[in-house]
Amino acid sequence: MAAEVSVDIVKAFPDRLTVQASFRLPLEPPSVLVLFGPSGSGKTTILRCLAGLEWPERGAIRFGAETWVDAASGFRRPPQQRRIGYMSQDYALFPTYSVAGNIAYGLGPLPEAERQQRVREAVGLLQLQGTEGLRPAQLSGGQQQRVALARALARRPRLLLLDEPLSALDVPTRSRLCGELRSLLKRLAIPSVVVTHDWEEALALGDRMVVLREGRVLQEGTPQQVFNRPRDADVAKIVGMETVMPGRIVEASEGLVTVEVGRRWLVAVGGDGIGSEVFVCIRAEDILLDAASTGTTSARNQLPGTVREVVPMGALVRVEIDCGFPLSAMVTRSAVAELHLSQGVPVVAAIKAGSVHLVPRQGDGGSVNA
Amino acid sequence: MNWMAILVTLKLATLTSLILVLIGLPLAYWLAFSLWRWKFLIESVVALPLVLPPTVLGFYILVAIGPHSPLGRFYADLVGHPLPFTFEGLLLASVLYSLPFAVQPFATAFALVDRRLIEASWTLGLSRLGTFFKLIVPMSTAGVITGAVLSFAHTLGEFGVVLMVGGNIEGVTRTVSIDIYDEVQALNYAGAAKTALFLLVVSYAVLLGVYAMNRKVWALWPQK
Repeated sequence: MAAEVSVDIVKAFPDRLTVQASFRLPLEPPSVLVLFGPSGSGKTTILRCLAGLEWPERGAIRFGAETWVDAASGFRRPPQQRRIGYMSQDYALFPTYSVAGNIAYGLGPLPEAERQQRVREAVGLLQLQGTEGLRPAQLSGGQQQRVALARALARRPRLLLLDEPLSALDVPTRSRLCGELRSLLKRLAIPSVVVTHDWEEALALGDRMVVLREGRVLQEGTPQQVFNRPRDADVAKIVGMETVMPGRIVEASEGLVTVEVGRRWLVAVGGDGIGSEVFVCIRAEDILLDAASTGTTSARNQLPGTVREVVPMGALVRVEIDCGFPLSAMVTRSAVAELHLSQGVPVVAAIKAGSVHLVPRQGDGGSVNA
Repeated sequence: MNWMAILVTLKLATLTSLILVLIGLPLAYWLAFSLWRWKFLIESVVALPLVLPPTVLGFYILVAIGPHSPLGRFYADLVGHPLPFTFEGLLLASVLYSLPFAVQPFATAFALVDRRLIEASWTLGLSRLGTFFKLIVPMSTAGVITGAVLSFAHTLGEFGVVLMVGGNIEGVTRTVSIDIYDEVQALNYAGAAKTALFLLVVSYAVLLGVYAMNRKVWALWPQK
């Protein structure tokens, strides 16, 4: 049997939506699957089914050759026997235990020396030195998140399940820890399922991505595929970003960076140091189209290209442009008429530096790839 | 002061409290976490001693353990003497009579433990039993102590049930409250006053301890 986690379940709630999901996660090489969708889309329910905290009415979940739940035969493997690392959204740290006590909590069956060794390892891995004796209430949000991760990792889980791992944090801490989590997941090489509704997290953490809405899987693919080629308007609306391209930072000065995308250079705000690999993300609504370059606009980026496709989407029209790399713009119907936009027409796409979002790419600086 | 009665009372209260911790903890766990639809039937039975007159409870216990019931006959065959009017019989009655005073604070404290913490414990590999001892009980210490102390204090002051089931046997089943009653019947007010004061002081001290330890958890009814 192929070494993979296979999920094919139906879980119904009285008076609420029915969650129906089917997807696979290869165990070799270990990869990170992101369950992405708005709140109420059923992603947490799927994660809880994987953890053994909810039971689907129909279908099965298998981990390699092991069956975790099979509704047809009524077989249920309890969470205790799955050897998983599960982290809930609010971290669920035990208030009656210290940081070290929380990390050691699930290591009961091990000999004392091994237990202490594992705690030291986890403390070192998540840089919690000095906090071992503190209670969870004495920690900052970021530290609590790291303790919860350390506790989940100390048992050396076969599968890591993270429910909105960063959502309980304030925004600056979140983007810092997102980077740390990315390199940690790469370094540990544990198959992982991460639930998030944040597109930056999905892009930064995921190797694969499953987009959910109202309990249904809308699309599955690599994050770049999903963001660039949403299967339909629903997915496009949920993921929000129509252009996601890999790039590399080549210049940085005064808070602005220059990113090389394909043969083009784009100016963006912020970003990491020179040489770092990033995803360049541009919302279709943030792109202005003009018939020719005016030369005197405030937009830092002006990209000449040709129209490849014009796709009506309700009140708006999506215009696919080739400007050295594929770019999606969203404009009104009247703009399409005034600019005579159709296949092959030359246009200039203007994008403000602030509308070019940079997301650090998987496996970049700092991580020791397995 | 009748020191023999005081000794019997303290022994009875201590053993009652101890037994109630042993059987009350699993019962409270079940009451707090069972999803059984008809759970309220058992909840009501546990709470009955709160509202029944002690004489009614005592009467039924007496009948149930007496020589005419199968249970009473079984016990008499096993031990060689019937259960009523012995210390063991009195202990059984005390345990039933004080059951809600132990179980309800336990169950209230258990129900207040966040479900998400319990689930986290399961995913960390701990069985339900392991989770109970390693997480739920440590998080409910105030409730467990409250239940144990309340059942102790409640047993100190028993009268009706003791009279019905225990009778009034010096050194065996004559407790402090019965002794006070006897003294008053014999018009020995001075003796009664001393023993009564002793009981008042002990009960007050015990309750002071509970209230001081935790003013919030002391609740007779589980509240969500």
